[in-house]
Amino acid sequence: MDEVLLARMLFGSSMAFHIIFATLGVGITLMILVAEIVRAIKKDDHYGVMAKRWTKGFAVLLGVAIPSGTIVGVMLSLLWPGYMAIVGRVIALPFQVEIFAFFLEAVFMSIYVYAADRLSNTMRIISVALVALGATASAVLITDAHAWMNTPRGFDIINGEITNVDPWAAVFNPSVYVTVLHVVSSAYMAGAFVLASIAAFKLLKKDITPDERSYHRKGLTIALIIGAVMSLYTALNGHDTAKMLYEHLPVKLAAAEGLFETQDNAPLAIFGIPDPERGEVVGGLEIPGMLSWLASGSTDGVVQGLYDFPEEYWPPLFVHTLFNIMVGIGSLLLGLSFAALFWRFVFPRKPLPKWLLVILVTTGPLAMLGIETGWIFSCTGRQPWTIYGVQLTSEAATNSGNLGFLFALFVTLYVTLLVLTGLVLKFYFGRNPVRTELEKLQG
Amino acid sequence: MTEPYIAITIIWAFLFVYAIAGSIDFGAGFWAMYYTRKENTEASVIANRYLSPSWEVTNVFLVLLVVALVGFFPGAASYLGTLMILPFSFVLILLTIRGTFMVYAYSSKKYSRMLTIISGTTGLFIPALLVATLPIAIGGFVSIGGDRDYLLFNEIFTSPTLYTHIGFGLSTELFLAALLLSDYSREAQNEETYLVYRRNALLMGPITLLFAVAATFTLLPEAGWMVENMMNVWYLFALSLVAFIIGYGALFLPSRKENPGRPRLAVIFIVIQFGLASFGYGFSHMPYILYPDLTIQDAFTDPAMFRWLLVGYGVGLAILVPAFVVFWRLFMKDKRYLQAEK
Ligand code: HDD
Ligand code: HEM
Ligand code: HEM
Repeated sequence: MDEVLLARMLFGSSMAFHIIFATLGVGITLMILVAEIVRAIKKDDHYGVMAKRWTKGFAVLLGVAIPSGTIVGVMLSLLWPGYMAIVGRVIALPFQVEIFAFFLEAVFMSIYVYAADRLSNTMRIISVALVALGATASAVLITDAHAWMNTPRGFDIINGEITNVDPWAAVFNPSVYVTVLHVVSSAYMAGAFVLASIAAFKLLKKDITPDERSYHRKGLTIALIIGAVMSLYTALNGHDTAKMLYEHLPVKLAAAEGLFETQDNAPLAIFGIPDPERGEVVGGLEIPGMLSWLASGSTDGVVQGLYDFPEEYWPPLFVHTLFNIMVGIGSLLLGLSFAALFWRFVFPRKPLPKWLLVILVTTGPLAMLGIETGWIFSCTGRQPWTIYGVQLTSEAATNSGNLGFLFALFVTLYVTLLVLTGLVLKFYFGRNPVRTELEKLQG
Repeated sequence: MTEPYIAITIIWAFLFVYAIAGSIDFGAGFWAMYYTRKENTEASVIANRYLSPSWEVTNVFLVLLVVALVGFFPGAASYLGTLMILPFSFVLILLTIRGTFMVYAYSSKKYSRMLTIISGTTGLFIPALLVATLPIAIGGFVSIGGDRDYLLFNEIFTSPTLYTHIGFGLSTELFLAALLLSDYSREAQNEETYLVYRRNALLMGPITLLFAVAATFTLLPEAGWMVENMMNVWYLFALSLVAFIIGYGALFLPSRKENPGRPRLAVIFIVIQFGLASFGYGFSHMPYILYPDLTIQDAFTDPAMFRWLLVGYGVGLAILVPAFVVFWRLFMKDKRYLQAEK
């Protein structure tokens, strides 16, 4: 098979694996911080138990996030030497500062976990806040490098040589703000919904004590609040992200929407399959004028279509589906979380109905699917460029061979670790049920 | 000193820190495994108490090294990345198994023995593999310039220098870890465990020295160009030997405790010894990163980037040093942690 394709598959699957743990690392630390703060305000020990159990789960996930991150970090140099040769000269700063974010997170994580009994309440909140800060900062910084690949700035290429390097222009490239905010808010959202899923699942069980029920209800409520706020923000900001594409990467937007003809009053196509022969999306739902309005703020806005670009520079057209899945999940979760919270606060005494709990169980997996499809959309939608307009993926890739073997090896590793991590978590929480911890509280 | 030399010195410093911290980390993982079912189970507990809070921090040093190389010497990162794709991929896989299984072992008591064995043994081979890439960097084992660049595995595997380097990597990690754990046990006022690790350190010390000498001598025929450079800095190697003798000797010095030996002094001098020897080695390697194709000048980054990276490291360290101090006090000094029951 083509070595460049193999390199893309190997790197893509490694990132898809890392992002599960990385996103939860960012999202769950925020939730732990929230639980610690609510505990300090309400003086309710349930939140202490919650923080502790979430931390335990997080520690296991972090144990996978760190090695898988080390894999992708080293793999960048192994698989994309051409890309790293430019990165090192132009956008090395965020990678470097990220190291300090990792240190911050790793040091205070150890302190929070292994020295909790020797810390005062305030010190504990400070250490967990620094863990959350470290995790979020690492997401912000790596996303900066990713945004730069979409809108590369801060250098000139003269006769194939990189000159006039301006590291700060690279760091503050035009798409960095929207992209960073989108990534961080969607990670917070995913962390919150995964915990909401677990709480909803537990509430569906028949044999739980009233104390447990109240514990899980509290967990579900704070998870839904954070989830609702973050999904509202993610959707609003996703809209700005699409505007960013409109301005800077029109071909990616055209592929995302399956738009072939350049036009004003461009329709928004939802699902369906883009057909380059017919020049339209087949089988989808079309809302006239909506795309022009979303992208430019008015139905008169002209949106460029794929036919404006040579076909060799088109991304694969299936990114349309990935994009639709992400946006669909975003809208669904937004509606669901507000509906559930509405019920919760309008009928504070009534438990959430069973059907709603069943639906809420799906929110965590859906949010993770949103993260995966969003990232794959963003990276694959940039094809055939690795650095948009500067370096083609085929120029970035290694020429060392052996990739088929490595792909098989790494994918086996990822599948094994996914299964084992699931089993370890199930095993641990099965043997240490929350009931015993709550009983301990009552003495 | 010119800019590339400043940069390579920083890389050396990171490499040195990771070589020490990583050796101790992987070695301690091995000792923790080795002693789980032995008569002296305290030795395993002490090793785990050191590892639990520290392995994540140690891992960041590895990432730091890679990132620093990409930033300071982008040419070298892409070049080494292409050539070393197989060995580095194996290191990554071992590293992942090791890290994840260690975390799994904490969380599932029932299988913890099996999981510890897996993480202890995989960890053992990581430094050996990493050290084995050193002979590649001196040239002779690579084919470059065809339609693809690759390692000449046949020649590597039939060359004795590979095996002496592997032996050196293995003995170093066991030696450094035993030495540090002896100091850590003394700090925890656990004299029985102190004796266990002191005995291991006494055994591994001379073996490490022998492998170091053997690795150097099997390397020399492959690297004629380095020999003269090494002769020029012979005093670094001589001082390194002196530091080794003092450090090793410190394990026999009388102490105020019931057993002989000053482990803290021994750790300090052995670290100095590694510093001197690795600096001498690295110095003799200059100006090549990969002989004869790649020098530090060729691989160097953009000067504007270089300056901002320096600023970045300065600011980052200023923020992190206090955090490390807190960390040290909580886990390496605090008696409540060191002597906890379980
Ligand atoms: C839970 C996850 C999630 C959800 C619900 C959404 N997004 Fe998203 N989106 C991401 C998670 C994500 C992401 C994984 O974080 C991406 C991938 C790369 C990036 O920058 O963020 C992303 C990228 C991304 C991009 C491409 C940016 C680029 O290629 O650089 C656009 C245009 C949008 N999003 C727009 C939206 C809109 C209009 C949404 C409406 C609700 C939406 N996203 C919901
Ligand atoms: C936007 C997507 C990403 C997010 C949100 C993210 C986040 C994280 C988080 C939270 C961790 C654990 C932090 C810790 O060590 O304490 C982590 C680890 C890591 N990530 Fe990612 N990451 C992302 C993508 C990447 C990419 C593309 C790379 C490669 C350059 C990368 C490299 C690493 C490395 C090297 C580590 C391990 C650091 C260590 O040893 O502690 N990450 N990441
Ligand atoms: C964390 C979530 C991410 C996922 C799931 C992801 C997924 C992918 C996929 C699927 C590809 C292959 C694209 C294709 O060939 O069709 C790819 C390529 C790539 N991605 Fe990402 N990516 C992520 C984040 C990042 C980040 C944060 C960076 C930047 C620092 C990055 C840098 C790259 C590079 C350099 C390539 C290879 C060159 C290329 O194909 O353009 N990725 N990624």
